[in-house]
Amino acid sequence: MPTTSVPDPSEKHQRREHGLMLALVSPALLVILALIVLPVGWLAWQSVYHDGFTLENYRRIFTEDIYWRSFALTFEISLAVTVIALLLGYPVAYLANSVPKGWSILILSLVVLPFWTSVLVRAYAWLALLQRTGVINQFLRYLELISEPLALVHNTFGTVVATVHILLPFMVLPLYATMQKIPNDLMQAGASLGASPTLTFMRVFLPLSLPGVLAGCTMVFVLCLGFYITPELLGGGRTVMVSMLVSRNVELYNQFGAASAVAVVLLVSVLAIFFAVSRFISLDRVLGQK
Amino acid sequence: MMRTSPARIALYVISALVLVYLILPVLIIAPISFSSARFLTFPPPSFSTRWYQQYFANPAWMQATRVTLTVALLTVVIATPFGVAAAYAISQSKLRIMRVIHMALLLPLVVPIIITAVGIFFVYARVGLVATMSGLVLANVMLGLPYVVISVLAGLQSFDPAQEMVARSLGMNRLRSFFAVTLPQIKSSVIAGGIFAFISAMDETIVALFISGGQYQPLTKRMFTALRDEIDPTIAAISTLMTAASFMLVLLASTRQKRSG
Repeated sequence: MPTTSVPDPSEKHQRREHGLMLALVSPALLVILALIVLPVGWLAWQSVYHDGFTLENYRRIFTEDIYWRSFALTFEISLAVTVIALLLGYPVAYLANSVPKGWSILILSLVVLPFWTSVLVRAYAWLALLQRTGVINQFLRYLELISEPLALVHNTFGTVVATVHILLPFMVLPLYATMQKIPNDLMQAGASLGASPTLTFMRVFLPLSLPGVLAGCTMVFVLCLGFYITPELLGGGRTVMVSMLVSRNVELYNQFGAASAVAVVLLVSVLAIFFAVSRFISLDRVLGQK
Repeated sequence: MMRTSPARIALYVISALVLVYLILPVLIIAPISFSSARFLTFPPPSFSTRWYQQYFANPAWMQATRVTLTVALLTVVIATPFGVAAAYAISQSKLRIMRVIHMALLLPLVVPIIITAVGIFFVYARVGLVATMSGLVLANVMLGLPYVVISVLAGLQSFDPAQEMVARSLGMNRLRSFFAVTLPQIKSSVIAGGIFAFISAMDETIVALFISGGQYQPLTKRMFTALRDEIDPTIAAISTLMTAASFMLVLLASTRQKRSG
């Protein structure tokens, strides 16, 4: 077979082409299969099998208080984080979209820079800022606004502040990407028809930016559901999120079956959310940001 | 007219506050790391490099640094070619299964990392990969793959496959035409993908918490353990160095991407 031939549409050639493509994709696929599909499958198996088939681990999740409370708390925190991230992220994305290019690049760089700082480093920074002897408490005392240090960290408040900080870029980027695609003419048309800027915003711009809102909220909510480092370091042991339930069951109590079942419930929740959202917007839009 | 409206001013103020909130924690670490005080004080006392000296003089921190750099480098060396090959196949092939494979390669971004970490821990415990270098590298290759695939796929989108056809019709074989025609055009996105995989491996903490141990503990695991016990300003020094490294790498990646742009 001469290599000089221009690809012909024959079946043999097609088959060789397909084989080549599958061979090219296989190393990456093998890594994924061995290091994420197999481990997650293992968890699922371990959650229902212990010297025989059992649903005991799931029964405990749905009946025992500590599990219920942890799942409820995780959903509450994720919801709060998502709402706060939206309220903070929308104005920034809007501003970045409405200023000249140089400014919008500056704003987006400021948004993305912390994105590439280690989550651990940022958790440390928040500890340094928020703790009793931290920068913020000392500053407030220096100004004589408070006499006793405020409890800003080792509680849910500290966890939320740091988590919103880490997840905010995941909100701003899809919002900005969606706003970029809204044609400016529409706003001008609204104005020329006599609508006030507020009305044009509410009736034209806001509805058109909703796909970005959905993409950003999905990403933030789902990432928050599985967050581990910030609640562990900033939650002070009281904010037990689902991820910590998983790790404690493994590290402290050697309850592998229970840990696996909690992990499976968490994963199913995440996948269900992605699936529900994918009916409205393309998942590439949610995932392709980072 | 629009620019001076109260709504506009409110928008500026809110955005400025949010940006300060975003950037402040990143900027606060450097002054802490150069402060002489054991505990954080405001206003900061005198300038000192003692925390950096402590970091560089401590054999445990140095060993952890070597582990982190080795893991990150090996991750790039393995994840980049794997990711490029996969992205190329996904973009060129018309096989229907490629869509499924594409989604599978993005799984590390979808599955909560704590689940991945615990799952890998169970599998590694069975095959004896816990607390080994190869175990750590493999896990980071998996976590870094999506970055390479996403970046290279974006690069290939603006590449016309007909160019490679031309090269092949002129007598080059597939491999040579890829290296001579395709790769130079997507070089920037390949480098950017590799850099992101490096940063991802350097910053990775949660999987390392479960599967690393003994002499093969990366920086992040030691930092996490140290943070749970007490706030040692040595961590501020390490954090500052890590952040500086990340920023330089991101800058490198983004200038690369712009050039391909």
